[in-house]
Amino acid sequence: MYLADSRSTPPPHTSTGVGRRSAVPGTVLALGAVSLVTDVSSEMVTAIMPLYLVTGLGLSPLGFGFLDGIYNGAGALVRLLGGHLGDRGGNRHKSVAAAGYGLSALCKPLLLLVTTGPLIGAVLAVDRTGKGLRTAPRDAMISLATEPAQRGRAFGVHRAMDTTGALLGPLVAFALLRLAVDGYDAVFAVSGCIAALGVLILLLFVPGHRGTEPGAARPSGHERGWRAALGLLRLSGLRRLTGCAVLLGLTTVSDSFLYLLIQRRLGLPGHLLPLLPLGTAAAFLVLAVPLGVAADRIGRRRLFPIGHLLLLVGYGLLLVPLSDGWAGVLPVLVLHGAFYAATDGVLAAAAADTLPPAQRGTGLALVGTGQALARFTGSLVFGALWSAWGTGIALATATGALAVCTAAAMVVLRRSGSRMAAESAS
Amino acid sequence: MTRKSRILALLTAVLVLGSIAAFAVHHAAERADRRGRPQPGGPAVADGRVSLTAPAGAGRRMIFRSTAYGPHRDELASVPAEQPGGQRATSGVKCLRFFAAGGTGICLRGAQGPLRNGYRAVVLDERLNEQRSYPLAGVPSRARVSPSGHLVAWTVFVKGDSYGATAFSTRTSILDTRTWKLQDNLEEYDLKVDGHGYRSLDVNVWGVTFSDDDHFYATVSTRGQTYLAAGDVGAATLTTVHSNVECPSLSPDGTRVAYKRRVPGLPADSPWRLNVLDLRTMTETATAEHSNIDDQAVWATDTTLVYARPGKFGTDLWTVPADGSGTPKQLASAALAPAFIG
Repeated sequence: MYLADSRSTPPPHTSTGVGRRSAVPGTVLALGAVSLVTDVSSEMVTAIMPLYLVTGLGLSPLGFGFLDGIYNGAGALVRLLGGHLGDRGGNRHKSVAAAGYGLSALCKPLLLLVTTGPLIGAVLAVDRTGKGLRTAPRDAMISLATEPAQRGRAFGVHRAMDTTGALLGPLVAFALLRLAVDGYDAVFAVSGCIAALGVLILLLFVPGHRGTEPGAARPSGHERGWRAALGLLRLSGLRRLTGCAVLLGLTTVSDSFLYLLIQRRLGLPGHLLPLLPLGTAAAFLVLAVPLGVAADRIGRRRLFPIGHLLLLVGYGLLLVPLSDGWAGVLPVLVLHGAFYAATDGVLAAAAADTLPPAQRGTGLALVGTGQALARFTGSLVFGALWSAWGTGIALATATGALAVCTAAAMVVLRRSGSRMAAESAS
Repeated sequence: MTRKSRILALLTAVLVLGSIAAFAVHHAAERADRRGRPQPGGPAVADGRVSLTAPAGAGRRMIFRSTAYGPHRDELASVPAEQPGGQRATSGVKCLRFFAAGGTGICLRGAQGPLRNGYRAVVLDERLNEQRSYPLAGVPSRARVSPSGHLVAWTVFVKGDSYGATAFSTRTSILDTRTWKLQDNLEEYDLKVDGHGYRSLDVNVWGVTFSDDDHFYATVSTRGQTYLAAGDVGAATLTTVHSNVECPSLSPDGTRVAYKRRVPGLPADSPWRLNVLDLRTMTETATAEHSNIDDQAVWATDTTLVYARPGKFGTDLWTVPADGSGTPKQLASAALAPAFIG
C-alpha cells in the first residue's frame, strides 16, 4: 500500500524530502504512543468513576454534574493558551505538551486522597485542564514533523493509536477490579503509573526544539502576541476553514444525543446504550489511517465536508429507519466512526496547511476551540429542539441544517483550496 | 542522550512503575481477601434461611445487605427487628441494593460480563428464588416494592446520557410482577411541573416510593431543581407537589414522606438533611439526625426512620424518630438497604 501511495502522491515541496521517506515520521509514532498510553490511563478512571462513586463511596453522582458547564468553557480557553504558549520562543510545543500530560498524570494519585464529590470533581477538572493544554502543541508537533503531503496519514496514524488506548483503558480497569474486588485505589495507582510512563515516552522520544521548517524566518516579537493569534484569521484559508468547522460543528448532533437517538429510534434496549460508543470508536480506529491517506490524495479540504456527508447519511438512516435493533444500529455507528476518521485528524491537517510554522499551535487551537464551542452550542440548541418538538423533528432539523452547511462548506473549501494551489504554484 | 540510553531509561522506568503498580494491585487484592475473613468485634453471622414472609408468631424481621467481613459478605441477612444487633442469618444471595414487601424482593446486583461490568435487576420470590431478571443500563442506586408486592421499581445511574461526558443521569423503571410489563423509563411519563405541562431533556426521575399498586411518589429533577412528584402508573403521569425533595419514602399510613432535603449554606459535599413532610398540611419537620444523609430512608414503623450512614465497614444503619424528637441511634453495623417483614 505504501509503495503505491508514494508513486501516486506528488513529490513534497520542501527540500528536506529528497531521498528516503518513511511512512510516518518517528515523532508522530512517539506522540501516538504517548497518546495511546495516556488514553489507557485516563479511560481506566473514566470507566470506573460511576461505580466508584455509587458503590465505593456511596455518593450520588448527580451531586456534582454542575461542574460540567465549567469544564466545557474552560477547556476551550485552556486549549488556546496551550497553543499560544507552545508557539512562544520559537517552538516550545514539547515543554507545554509535557506540562499538560504531567498535570493530568499528577491527578491520578490525587484521586487516592480525595473522597468527596466536589473534590473529585475538582481533580477531574485539573485533569481536563491538562488535556486542554496539551492538545494544540501536540497537533502542532505532528504537523511540523511531517511533510505536508503526508499530513493526513500522520494524523490518521496518531488518532488510530489514540483510540486504541481509549478502547483498552476500560478493559484494563475492569480486569484489575476482578483481581482485587473494590480495588478502586489499585485502579487509580496503576492509572497513575501508566500516565507517568506516557510523560516519560514524550520526554525521551519526542524531539524538542526541532525548530520551525527549514528556511522559515524566525518570528519577530509582534508575530507572537495574542493580537497575532487573532491576526491569523486574516489568512483567508484559515478563516474559511474555521468558519466551516464552526458551521458544521453547530449542526452536528453531540455524541451523547446521537447515542440516545440511536437507542430510541432503532428500538435498542436501554442497557445496551453504553456499548454504542465502542462501535463508533472501533470504526474510527479502523478507518482513521485509510481515510487520512485518502485525505492526502484527494485533498484535506475536500474530505472534511465529505466526512460530514457520511454523517448526513447516518442521520438519514435514523430518520427513516430501515430496520430495528443491531441491524439498523451498526451502519449508523460505522458511518459515525467514519465521520470522525474523515474529519478529526483531517481538520488539523487541513488547518496546518494554511498556517505559518511559527504560529502552528495557536492556529490549530483556534480551529479546535471554534469547533468545540460550536459543538457545545449546537448540543444546547439540539437539546432545546428535542424538548420542544421531540426527537423526530429535532433530528430532521439538524439533518436539514447539516445538509445546507455541508454543501456550503464544499463550495467554500473547494474555492479556497484551488486558490491555495494557485498560490503555492506561483 | 543516545538512542540506547533512552531505551535503557524507558525500560528502567517500566520496571519501577510496573513494580509500584503490581504492589498496589497486590495490596488491594490482599485487602479484598481480608474482607472474606470475619473481623474481630464484627457482628455474629451464620448460614441460615431467609424468607420474605414471616411465619405466624415469628415476629417482625429486618432483612438487609450485610457488609460485615467474612465469607457471607454482601449477602442478604435477616435479624429479629427487636434485636437488630443479634446474630445474622445469611442467605447466600448477594445484592448491591435490596428491598422487599408483600413477599416480593428486588435485588440489584453486579453481573460481570466478558468485556465490561454489567448489572441486573432480579425479582425474588418469598424464598429468595430468582423469578425474573432484567439487564440494567447503569450502576444500581435505589430499589422499592409496592406494599402488595405486585410492583417493583428501581433506579440506576447512567453515564454519558447527558450534555457533557462527565455528567451522570438516572433511569428509573417500574415492573408489574403480575404481567411482567416493564415501564423502562419514567422520563417518558407526562410531566406537570407547578401545574403546567413540562418537557425538557434534562429531566431525571429517581427514588420511587409506592403508596399502592397504582400510585407512587418519586424525585423529579430539572434545571438544577428537585421536586416531589406524585406518579400514576396506569395514566403514566407525574405531577410535582413540592420542591427540594430527594429520595422520598412514604410512611406505612401514607400520611408523611421522609426525604433528604438540600439545605442552603451547607458544604457542597454534605448538603442533605433528613426531613419529614406531612402531606396533608405540607409542613416540613427536621429530624434530630443532624449529619449529611445520602440515602432513601425506610420507615421501620409509623414513627421511626431507618437509614444508612457511612461506617467503618461500608455503611451502618441508624434510626431516628420521625417527629423531630429524640436522638439518632445506631441500629446495626456493616449493613445497608433494610426492609421490614411481618
